[in-house]
Amino acid sequence: MSTRRAGIVEGRRDSDGPVGSTCEVLARRREGAYWLLSLAAPAIAERARPGQFVNIAVEAPGTLLRRPFSIARVSKQGIAAGTIEVVFDAHGPGTEWLTHVDLHDVIDVIGPLGNPFPLPQRKVSCLLIGGGYGAAPLFFLADELTRKGLRVDMIIGAGSLDRIPNAIEAKRITASVTFTTEDGSYGTHGRVTDVLDEVVEKCGSGVVYACGPNPMLRAVSERCEAMDLPVQVAVEEKMGCGIGVCFTCVLPISTKNGEVTMKRACVEGPVFNGARIAWDQSRYDLGAPTPTDEDDQDAPPEPERLTDSEIWGDA
Amino acid sequence: MSEVRRIDASEYTPPTDPRAVAEAGVDLAVDLAGMKLPNPILTASGCFAAGAEMDRFYDVTELGAIVVKSVTLEPRQGLPTPRMAETPSGMLNAIGLQNPGIDAWLTKDLPWLQSKGARVVVSIAGRSVDDFRAVARKLRGKGGIAAIEVNLSCPNVEERGMVFACSPTDSAEVITAVRRETDVPVLGKLTSDVTDIVSIARAVVDAGANGLTLINTLLGMAIDPDTGKPEIYNTYAGLSGPAIRPVALRNVHQVHTALPDVPILGCGGIRTVTDVVQFLRAGASAVSVGTATFVDPFVGQRLIKELRSWLAERGLGSARELIGTVEPWS
Ligand SMILES: Cc1cc2nc3c(=O)[nH]c(=O)nc-3n(C[C@H](O)[C@H](O)[C@H](O)COP(=O)(O)O)c2cc1C
Repeated sequence: MSTRRAGIVEGRRDSDGPVGSTCEVLARRREGAYWLLSLAAPAIAERARPGQFVNIAVEAPGTLLRRPFSIARVSKQGIAAGTIEVVFDAHGPGTEWLTHVDLHDVIDVIGPLGNPFPLPQRKVSCLLIGGGYGAAPLFFLADELTRKGLRVDMIIGAGSLDRIPNAIEAKRITASVTFTTEDGSYGTHGRVTDVLDEVVEKCGSGVVYACGPNPMLRAVSERCEAMDLPVQVAVEEKMGCGIGVCFTCVLPISTKNGEVTMKRACVEGPVFNGARIAWDQSRYDLGAPTPTDEDDQDAPPEPERLTDSEIWGDA
Repeated sequence: MSEVRRIDASEYTPPTDPRAVAEAGVDLAVDLAGMKLPNPILTASGCFAAGAEMDRFYDVTELGAIVVKSVTLEPRQGLPTPRMAETPSGMLNAIGLQNPGIDAWLTKDLPWLQSKGARVVVSIAGRSVDDFRAVARKLRGKGGIAAIEVNLSCPNVEERGMVFACSPTDSAEVITAVRRETDVPVLGKLTSDVTDIVSIARAVVDAGANGLTLINTLLGMAIDPDTGKPEIYNTYAGLSGPAIRPVALRNVHQVHTALPDVPILGCGGIRTVTDVVQFLRAGASAVSVGTATFVDPFVGQRLIKELRSWLAERGLGSARELIGTVEPWS
């Protein structure tokens, strides 16, 4: 299929901005219900930070646009140096095409794109919440937070067990991990928000990072806001260009002076302060919550929290 | 297929044509409605923002000119999402002209473009003739503006929302108003969604437009078969990309044939160097590349390089030689 040569890099080499690169496929395998691709992309790997994404050209008949994927993991050192991984669900012609690429095929990738997760400026315990394949990029973030000497706990939720990417690795790299499935096939029966309060309490979490379907991000953000817990989310919006010029992937964001403006997920996100997203003006909603037995009145007193500016600095 | 040897495109050098000339000797410069451009590759409005996002990939001053995203008098938040849907070899969009408004644009975007030294074509949009006039007035005397492109594919609130570009008289009124406010060349950007594009073109030129941009998106629709909802919040949306290229090319040729002296900026589905050549042959003096940028951020830079090679390989000394060269069959 591909006749292009691997390793061609286009773009400004003197910056840490995005480049275009032809990348050899080093691995393609199933991860439960999902797919994982590992790509030789040294120029992208070297620049990439957790929360950023790549935009991959697909050659399915009739398709035109690239497909964006969060960077799930990056190897900067060792024998796998210069590789990036993406984890995805095959749900359309473009992603379906990607499940058929062969080892050593060369595909056309642009990245890294978007803003990364901000890292805490203080020593704080970090809770990472992933939904389905959205959990994958949190592994990259967990590596980075651990390297900074921070405690990392995770909650991974999905419809069913086969939609929890790499449960073993999640256990290996975190202080604790709590799983939830909506069908009860693994971990707690329910959604991530059903265990959120309890995990925060148990782990002394001072900040939350989340990645997954937007309705889940909304539920997590609203719960965190109620708990005064700083929350950063990486949104998944349908994109046209992925590079900031088509204004397709916009979300309503409240600015400091209370105005709501439409911000592009690709260049002004995909990571946003979850409390700043005007979710009530978005079209995302989880629908009816799963019933809980507890009553909010019995909730323990809220602990002292660090504020956004204390954690992120004045960014 | 196994006996067919695969050729790596990056290693393949085509046999040299005896007519070939040195690439360095090829002149890409064109004149578009009085603008002297170093090459005929421009961006399409709404597909390049105001340049800064794209400058992360390459030096955008290499382009013939940058046609910026349409600016309106007031800031606009645009339409709710979903704003985009992919269709066979194309896409639908209904963005709703999200832009910061002319005042913010003048304090932020124009200074950036000026500092780079880019040639800037400012696309302006409005809901009424007065809107267009007011935006054009605010641009007066601002340095670094090579031309104004008037986006006539906007609903006219004073005519029950009918798009300006569908009416020769409404279009002409807008152009007259803008023409009075500015001393830079004015391009009228038309839609193909009309019965007779030539009559609109003629009205716009008679009203004082120095050239025409052909074409804007074609109105289309897609429905999610399962939910029954339109795929775009706005229901109807503009179709762009390779899917519309033959329609755009036909429009350019039709207008050029009827009005051979009117400079045309060709636009619609352009992605490859042979697309560029077709538009020049059909009568465009230059081209605007839109949707292809979403697929390949480097496309503008690449087309400049490839056009030079394409001409050199065929022994053509300049891009200008191609303009309006459709050979008849008989
Ligand atoms: C996302 C998007 C936004 C656009 N915004 C504008 C705009 O603001 N003003 C305008 O005159 N044309 C706008 N257009 C139309 C393009 O400038 C161009 O005329 C059309 O897309 C056809 O060219 P293409 O097939 O190369 O994209 C837009 C097109 C797209 C795809």
